[in-house]
Amino acid sequence: MSKEKNQAEQIRQISGVNPLRCMKCGKCSATCPAFEEMDIKPHQFVSYVQNENIEALVESRSLWKCLSCFACVERCPRDVKPGKLIDAARQLVIRQRGQNYLKADDIPELLDPELPQQLLVSAFRRYRR
Amino acid sequence: MSIETNETFRPKIVAFCCNWCSYAGADLAGSSRLSYPADVKIIRVPCSCRVNPMFILRAFEKGADGVILCGCHPGDCHYSTGNYYARRRMTLLFSMLDYLGVENGRTRVEWVSAAEGVKFSQTMNEFVEKVRSLGRNVRLEDLRCRN
Amino acid sequence: MQRIGVFVCHCGSNIAATVDVKKVVEMALFEPGVVHAEEYPYMCSEAGQSKIASAIREKALTGLVICSCSPRMHETTFRNAAKKAGLNPYMVEIANIREHCSWIHKDMEEATKKAVILARAAIAKVNLNAPLTPGESLVTKRALVIGGGIAGIQTALDIADAGYEVDIVEKTPSIGGRMSQLDKTFPTLDCSACILTPKMVDAAAHEKITIYTYSEVEKVTGFVGDFTVDIRRKARSVNMDKCTGCGVCQEKCPSKKIPSEFNRGLGNRTAIYTPFAQAIPNVPVIDRENCIKFKTGKCGVCAKVCQAGAVDYDQQDEIVTQKYGAIVVATGFDVIRLDQYDEYAYSQSPDVITSLELERVMNAAGPTKGHLERLSDGKAPKEMVFIQCVGSRCADSRGKSYCSKICCMYTAKHAMLIRDKYPDVNVTVFYIDVRTPGKNFDEFYRRAVEQYGVNYIKGQVGKVIPQPDGKLLVQGVDLLDNRRILKEADMVVLAAAIEPNPDVRKIATMLTASIDTNNFLTEAHAKLRPVESPTAGIFLSGVCQGPKDIPETVAQAGAAAVKVIGLLARDRLMTNPCTAQSDELLCNGCSMCANVCPYGAITYETRQVNDHGIREERRLAVVNGALCQGCGACTVACPSGAMDLKGFSNRELIAEVDAICR
Repeated sequence: MSKEKNQAEQIRQISGVNPLRCMKCGKCSATCPAFEEMDIKPHQFVSYVQNENIEALVESRSLWKCLSCFACVERCPRDVKPGKLIDAARQLVIRQRGQNYLKADDIPELLDPELPQQLLVSAFRRYRR
Repeated sequence: MSIETNETFRPKIVAFCCNWCSYAGADLAGSSRLSYPADVKIIRVPCSCRVNPMFILRAFEKGADGVILCGCHPGDCHYSTGNYYARRRMTLLFSMLDYLGVENGRTRVEWVSAAEGVKFSQTMNEFVEKVRSLGRNVRLEDLRCRN
Repeated sequence: MQRIGVFVCHCGSNIAATVDVKKVVEMALFEPGVVHAEEYPYMCSEAGQSKIASAIREKALTGLVICSCSPRMHETTFRNAAKKAGLNPYMVEIANIREHCSWIHKDMEEATKKAVILARAAIAKVNLNAPLTPGESLVTKRALVIGGGIAGIQTALDIADAGYEVDIVEKTPSIGGRMSQLDKTFPTLDCSACILTPKMVDAAAHEKITIYTYSEVEKVTGFVGDFTVDIRRKARSVNMDKCTGCGVCQEKCPSKKIPSEFNRGLGNRTAIYTPFAQAIPNVPVIDRENCIKFKTGKCGVCAKVCQAGAVDYDQQDEIVTQKYGAIVVATGFDVIRLDQYDEYAYSQSPDVITSLELERVMNAAGPTKGHLERLSDGKAPKEMVFIQCVGSRCADSRGKSYCSKICCMYTAKHAMLIRDKYPDVNVTVFYIDVRTPGKNFDEFYRRAVEQYGVNYIKGQVGKVIPQPDGKLLVQGVDLLDNRRILKEADMVVLAAAIEPNPDVRKIATMLTASIDTNNFLTEAHAKLRPVESPTAGIFLSGVCQGPKDIPETVAQAGAAAVKVIGLLARDRLMTNPCTAQSDELLCNGCSMCANVCPYGAITYETRQVNDHGIREERRLAVVNGALCQGCGACTVACPSGAMDLKGFSNRELIAEVDAICR
């Protein structure tokens, strides 16, 4: 199995998302608060995973711009949940580096009063061990 | 007592086919000249749900080496839901038969539509091959009929 | 003991080239019961059939085995031949030695062996066969149509034109259905009322059609050709014979603030009302829940003003019992509730409406007299947004998994009509796919884009945010250039998914007609029998079977009518004799068989049984031969072995198994 294929499979497994369910309606992008910040838009995540174009996805800005607000997960009419895909792609990167991307100690330094609190809560919820 | 090798062993195989899909599928296999071993003998039933587990037990009692049940694809049953009943019944029966020593390879349920002559012939070829590899079956015996 | 004749066909060389037919004849003669065996090149030919007939007569045969092609090919031929020669047609069995033998095997010896075994199995079965006679039942020459929308009206008209009595049962006070609520119809833009009203009048005036409005089907018993139906005629509180339809009562009624169902709650009606001006019958009903007279006992204005003296506060519900030969379900659809779609602000803003509500707004008889205006402040909109697929094509629990089929077209229609009438209004349609399969449909949609300048944007809207100034901020994305779109709209129209009328579940249960997971009625065969229910005598018309537009509904209504006419034209029905049958000495009345029967053919009755000299009352399963289709599900479910299938009995099938395994 090629690396990309393997990675795509991993993303599918971690996220539990079946990209084939997507009907390409774009509601995820339409609902995304971080849409303008992203280079690869939420509705495109699905195609990237489906086409096994993981390298591009992993290197995209979007990977770290997603707020994990799960608006797309909530509103997706097909239950595809692109937010979970991006989440899984992050996990993939973090696992490869063999460590947590952020140490808990680093967080206070990075805290920005502008940062939505929801993001923090969501991040802790997702990454706690 | 002669010891048969698998080469010469000709199994007895009973195939129950529902009248609307699988029997027609078998007819299509015939008119398309798609061969399968002559060991398979087909019994026509109105619906796969007509097949009483008793018939299958009886076949094994009388020396069948394999039994296959063919019906319409789920959702296509002529009687709407018959094949679902068949599927549930056979799942239970086959696991019980396995417990009794009639291996799972000797029993099979397959959905064959009236357009799937190719699938019918392939299924029968595979099934006969499988049963041949398992060799002669143990005969079930009805204890009530002893002595 | 049977006297069986075996006839082996050569089928030219089709069989004889690979099967040694002489050997099959020879071996057949060793089988029990066989008194005659012969071969012939073409058994199905005239000569072959007369050979069979003369053998039946000369050898006094009681059963036949024909070794030939598939029974699906010539079983009927040989059964008819047997019948002509005086033998019961169900005493004929076919051994399929062509499709299942000669055509698939190359080796002569092997094929012959198999042919002998197949013949043996058929002989074993015939030995146990019993003569069967098809039952007969009379056909009541009257049809019932449930639902008085365009589907029901069309079906009723077609059946009535063929000369049969038809009754329409409609739940609401008037026939007309959804179509009467529409303003214009695609793709020709005819006014809906202009094409529907004449049909309604025709139906009402037709001497063969009886219309029961404000009525519901309460109980159905019986089977194809002989249904008995109880219809509840709800108390109208107005005497239909006396009322002249002058409308004074509605003018004078003091309780005027009841949301009008016909206007989808956008306008009000009185407590005594007809749903719309062209209602048929043009006789009002009193909505007892909202009538002051019924609530407090004080009022009675309508009775005072009615010159005909038609108002009758003491009227009671009435049950009409009628016999029918066929029943057509035409219960239609409703749009889904949108209260779970918070993101589109449907419950928050009166300016977010469904397309059906827009139909009422656009209609000259509607709540705004046909003026396109915001329902919040009555201002004319400048910016309108349409959102497609709201609740259609959804995998989640809020919506429906199917495509509602009509939305793409009616949205194009709305957009076009608005651009035509109000050229200064900008119209934007957010779509996922535009689906326009239908005659002149795609051309229609292209006209909306190219001629009328409707702005189509690919991409589902994410959310609609009501603004403090009353505008609606629509947040979406253009998927083709990955651009965020924020549009300040004055009105938002949602193409809400359609769903079968919620009452259909109840009706389907009464009729034992099956429905799918989406509550659409299932057809007997998706391709070949699309207007029949698997339950004999029940037919489907319109959206109750699946989403469809008006032309398709009318086509299906006609098709259903033809099927009904075909049934009613017959005086008697022959029933399939291969039905289930319960042995009353073995049956213990456990209901297992009734639970698995897909046709509701099994009922129970308590009967005196004489079980080896002991007389007692027992609860017994009884199979209705007219309903049973002979699938045999019950025979396997029966724990006591009482249930058996005629023509494919347990003993017959076991005999076949034994013959094959011998």
